[in-house]
Amino acid sequence: MNLSNNSIMLEVKNLNKNFGKVQAVKDVCFDVKKGEILGFLGPNGAGKTTTMRIITCFIPATSGTVKVCGFDTRENDIEVRKRIGYLPENNPLYLDMNVLEYLKFVGEIRGLKGAKLLSRIDEMLNVCGLTKMTGRQISKLSKGYKQRTGLAQTMLHDPEILILDEPMTGLDPNQIIEIRNLIKNIGKEKTVIYCSHILSEVSATCNRILIINNGSIVASGSPEELTSQITQTGGYVIKLKGDKTQIKEKLSLVEGVSNIRISEAGEWLEVFVVSGKEDIGEKLYKCIFENGWSLAELKRHSATLEDVFTQLTKG
Amino acid sequence: MQNIIAIFKKEFKSYFISPIAYVFITVYLITTTFLFFQGFFIINQADMRGYFDLLPWVFLFFIPAITMRSWAEEKKMKTLELLLTWPVKDYEVVMGKFFASFVLLFVVLMLSITIPITIAIIGNPDIGQIFCQYLGALLIGAAYLSIGLWISSLTENQIIAFILGVVVIFLLFIISTPFVTMALPSFIVPIFTFLGLGSHFESINRGVIDSRDIIYYLSVIGFFLFLNVCSLSSRKWE
Repeated sequence: MNLSNNSIMLEVKNLNKNFGKVQAVKDVCFDVKKGEILGFLGPNGAGKTTTMRIITCFIPATSGTVKVCGFDTRENDIEVRKRIGYLPENNPLYLDMNVLEYLKFVGEIRGLKGAKLLSRIDEMLNVCGLTKMTGRQISKLSKGYKQRTGLAQTMLHDPEILILDEPMTGLDPNQIIEIRNLIKNIGKEKTVIYCSHILSEVSATCNRILIINNGSIVASGSPEELTSQITQTGGYVIKLKGDKTQIKEKLSLVEGVSNIRISEAGEWLEVFVVSGKEDIGEKLYKCIFENGWSLAELKRHSATLEDVFTQLTKG
Repeated sequence: MQNIIAIFKKEFKSYFISPIAYVFITVYLITTTFLFFQGFFIINQADMRGYFDLLPWVFLFFIPAITMRSWAEEKKMKTLELLLTWPVKDYEVVMGKFFASFVLLFVVLMLSITIPITIAIIGNPDIGQIFCQYLGALLIGAAYLSIGLWISSLTENQIIAFILGVVVIFLLFIISTPFVTMALPSFIVPIFTFLGLGSHFESINRGVIDSRDIIYYLSVIGFFLFLNVCSLSSRKWE
């Protein structure tokens, strides 16, 4: 098989999954290339975990196909499983084992043996910063170390595709940065699918994002593309001093302004101007200058991924 | 096969990481040895009939205690999702878990070998019969294990797995006892006698190895292991 940098590692076509009468996944199509970190984003209950469970061969799809490195999940599930490293939601672990025993067990199931197994375990312990914890019982590890143990498990057999379902839950900011860098490093050579409902996480780590809501994909693209593609409205935040009614009256006459909200912040007034896509900063400044109001702040409010997300998943 | 061995090793070790195995071995050996020797000198026979008569009843509580956590814990801790997305087949996991519990049972029964040795020192027992009885004990124990494992795969609550296990094994055991068959219309009696776990053990306990009894136990084991695989696959049936 051709494993050049553009080869498609995962191909999902017209995926549907019904649980009784509830349709959890509706006609989902996407593919992931080698070296991509794909963010799979959606509110809780959107169908992220269900999609991941289908890809990892835990449950079958109602209809549609999933191919991992060219192998179909229905026809050749063992080959698919060999190529995937999966960290399920909430990072389940065998708590009564110690870290080393656990990794040995996983390695054996993955078909690693002898010196190869030991060198892989050693490498994973190093990569995940677990070298001092090998003899610790997993139940006694802190949340961060548990998470690392889970990650070590997913990467132990050097999989082509890494699927991480909410890998950052319960980590402190330092640990998040560490694990984020780890994922970015892996993503250079491998393919990573990263599920989350936290936007900042996904936009900081991933080079492509899929947003899923109620079982269907509602948007896809790079974080920048998504922000510009979807937001039709912009806005300005102005902080100034002057007569409230006058300000409202004069500013709404400025060309391009569609709405104005004013709130008081101490002796200053905070004005939020809703406008179209075009830049009207200069016009606003002229209006303020002509009326002689003292100005403390005038800044453009650009739409963030949060806005995109809320807009797409709440409508 | 390699996968079955990996799972077997992990499961067998986990019995000894937690206190389960030690508690099981100690309590089992103390109770059975005590109950047996209580009547041994009164009956004054150099055989182990009394010991193996007790066994199905002792196993009734001990075996579900071994199997109750096998699947229930995996379900509760969600590790089942990990296990079943690794490159293993469902039946390999079932076999691995079954063999682990079977070897634990084997170890425990072997530790009770002090009893036949004691009897051999003070009397002159029929070694062939004792060997046969041990084989029977392993068979009925393995049948109980397969039932217990299946029940454990139906729930994520260990206590429920234990109680249901006791109930199901109890029912399957008593349907062939005279206590139940007496009350049944005579044409059903042979079916119940054949299906019950107890009647087959009785003949082995008398020292008679009949291939029908062995085939019966192997079928029971196979049947419940199959049900166990089915209950794992049931996640795919929606």
